[in-house]
Amino acid sequence: MSDTTITPAAPGASGSPAPSAAPAVEPPSRWRQTFNEIIGGSVMISILAVVLAMIVGGILIAVTDENVQKASVYFFARPGDTFAEIWKAVSGAYVSLFQGAIFNPKRDDFIQQIKPITETLTFATPLITAGLGVGLAFRVGMFNIGGRGQMLIAAACAGWVAFTFHLPPGLHMVVAVLAGLIGGGIWGGLAGLLKARTGAHEVIVTIMLNYVAFYLISYLLRTPILQAPGSNNPKSPPLDASAVFPQILGPQFNLNFGFILVIAATFFVWWLLNRSALGFKFRAVGINPNAARVAGINVKNMYVYAMVISGALVGLAGVSQVLGPLSSGFSSGLDAGIGFDAITVALLGRSKPWGIFVAGILFGAFKAGGFAMQASQGIPIDIVLVVQSLIVLFIAAPPLIRTVFRLPDPSKPKKPKARKTPIAPTQEAVIAK
Amino acid sequence: MSESVPTRSNLAPGGGVPPTEHNHPDSAPSAPAVVLVKSWKAPIAFGIFALVSIILFVVFGRDGDSTFRLSTDVDLIQLPAVVLPTRPTGVVVAVLLVLLAVYSAWLVASSRKVRLWVMAVFAVIFLIGFLTWASAGQTIPIPGLLIGTVSLSVPLIFGALGGVISERVGVVNVAIEGQLLAGAFVSAVVASVTGNPYVGLVGAVIAGTLVSFVLAAFSIKYLVDQVIVGVVLNVLVTGLTSFLYSQVLTADPTLLNSPPRFQAVPIPLLSEIPIIGPTLFRQTLIVYLMYIAVAVVFFALFKTKWGLRVRAVGEHPQAADTVGIKVNLTRFWNVSLAGAIAGLGGAYFTLGSVGSFQKEMTAGAGYIALAAVIFGRWDPIRATLAALLFGFATNMQYVLGVIGSPVPSEFLLMLPYVVTIFAVAGLVGRVRGPAAAGKPYVSA
Repeated sequence: MSDTTITPAAPGASGSPAPSAAPAVEPPSRWRQTFNEIIGGSVMISILAVVLAMIVGGILIAVTDENVQKASVYFFARPGDTFAEIWKAVSGAYVSLFQGAIFNPKRDDFIQQIKPITETLTFATPLITAGLGVGLAFRVGMFNIGGRGQMLIAAACAGWVAFTFHLPPGLHMVVAVLAGLIGGGIWGGLAGLLKARTGAHEVIVTIMLNYVAFYLISYLLRTPILQAPGSNNPKSPPLDASAVFPQILGPQFNLNFGFILVIAATFFVWWLLNRSALGFKFRAVGINPNAARVAGINVKNMYVYAMVISGALVGLAGVSQVLGPLSSGFSSGLDAGIGFDAITVALLGRSKPWGIFVAGILFGAFKAGGFAMQASQGIPIDIVLVVQSLIVLFIAAPPLIRTVFRLPDPSKPKKPKARKTPIAPTQEAVIAK
Repeated sequence: MSESVPTRSNLAPGGGVPPTEHNHPDSAPSAPAVVLVKSWKAPIAFGIFALVSIILFVVFGRDGDSTFRLSTDVDLIQLPAVVLPTRPTGVVVAVLLVLLAVYSAWLVASSRKVRLWVMAVFAVIFLIGFLTWASAGQTIPIPGLLIGTVSLSVPLIFGALGGVISERVGVVNVAIEGQLLAGAFVSAVVASVTGNPYVGLVGAVIAGTLVSFVLAAFSIKYLVDQVIVGVVLNVLVTGLTSFLYSQVLTADPTLLNSPPRFQAVPIPLLSEIPIIGPTLFRQTLIVYLMYIAVAVVFFALFKTKWGLRVRAVGEHPQAADTVGIKVNLTRFWNVSLAGAIAGLGGAYFTLGSVGSFQKEMTAGAGYIALAAVIFGRWDPIRATLAALLFGFATNMQYVLGVIGSPVPSEFLLMLPYVVTIFAVAGLVGRVRGPAAAGKPYVSA
């Protein structure tokens, strides 16, 4: 009923998983649409949401900074000191974030200077592919919180193939990746199968499967199946070099072949959702399963297929960790929260493949920069979580952003410049309805 | 949550969800709703567990005696320890389980339902068999097992109650984890600064309510998908508390992060009842509050005007609006109430058990509480029982770990989650929550 009002905001599970759902009228040309999006909202809202979240993050950094606290004691005697300290704390934090994530002019040679951006892409690699998996499930109207379990199982499968068999280079890597995809697909498909056949809620099942996978892998890491021989640590042996992803920019950068796979995966998901018959059915089920059933789509099978593909994509994130940065041996903590980060990535990307790609790179930048910030400024990296979640919250509520920045409402047909007063969000919701 | 719920007319979800409708494993996907399909799930599940028991208790039976200690040292009435010979007990249990499985198969074959009590009896017998088998030649302290169960379940139960109220009023509450964590953090800081755990408890309530305010504002006013807000709030609270912990609390832990803890208060007379006394009536204030909360929520939800309104708003907001209930206002305040209750559960992490706050100390308890809500079919009592099941399974692993169990600890830790999957997929079937949960309401 109120689907139209929330389409720009909610790519998610319950109401309207397809933000691209066009109105019944024939859509205008693509350029026109893009232009309208930039001027009218979605892109602008996203940028402003990032800005607003960074402002809130800055306030947090300033308030908790020791020097600011010291200076604020004599605020009324010399207020300038307080502001100077606030500026120092916040700008220091964000400058080091930028230097850690994109470009660091302080380093000696050019290679070192541009290394941060490759680090960003390295961090983005698993985030994007896991985000694609979660986003795909969103589009079919399902909520895949099982990223952790799917990553663990996929990583264990890929890792096991990588250190057990000794195949020629290239082929070994392909087999390992395939093993991981199958593992992740099975673990995700299990949730889809249970939902389709027994009606078990996929949210519960995927949460439970996370724990099952974690304890299963923890157990296997104590047995000879996954544990390095002669070791007491619950850690796998190092993988064969023939299975590990090659570094695509040479040995001075960490960026590896996984990123190429991620681009391919993004393209694949775009093709699947927008150009294939299966993707059409997926989206139909996501928008309205009852209508889809009436139209002759086997809804239950769609749930299973979607969860298999979703699990395989999330599994690819685990594979890219194991065959990439963790190739010297992995432990049961290899997912490092990526399975949950992927949910925010998918939300930020509004469940569109290329949107997720951009969102993943943004969050990768936050992660890479966050570590640099923690090292140089002593600001805990947890602030990145705060900023990330605020971004998603703000983007999900465009009326809030419009109120804060006094922006016009694009859902009105008139040209934006004709507007004088901001429209209160409640009114907007009612009108849109 | 995106489960498409066809509009049905029965407005009493707490009672009997017709379990035979839709959930037959073999029913053709496109088949219309067939009334009275025989559900073979229960007999099949019973059969599997009976088979497991035969393999475990008889084929791999262990020799020796299993001792169950029933009293603690300080009890007034001392019960003698029960000693069971391990292998014969295992055989008896296996036979009983097979009989029950056959009985349930017979029930289904003659088109009758397998009642809940059959499942309960089956579960208890299986459990006795398993504990006996696992503790061959050892002693299991039953009071310790149960006391630990209650302590581990307290935050889960508070969280589940918050979830039940929130979802009954029509707002899916995935933010339980965030509410618990916020409650734990604020209660630790407040109690530590004031030196008074009671003030800390109030702080926890306020913290939980604040998290709920955000959930309510975004989902009711800005019509954002509720699940998304919930998930993001969990991340936000995790980030915020971890950041403040590393940046502020570690700077001065004695001032900010050393709260006084509640002491256990034995209730006279009741605490001397064998087994039950030590388990239920030698607890801290928060646990007693929990008993009250469960009873009050159950009574209020099903017996009062407030409860009727809450359920009406969650089931059919339009109808509620028509008779003059302010839907969004009702939702707002009850989601806030849910946050307050969940916040109390968070206080148990710090003031009730550990003391100081640690990063991400709730460790996914909120998600387990969410599972308990759905497992318990949005009913306060059933959700409490589900939470107790999780607590019991977790604690059983600790106890068996101490006496040295034959099963790797990972599999025991896995058990509650596997049981939940089985239960959700097999026994509970297609659960149906409040019809309007997850949908924002915009009055026409």
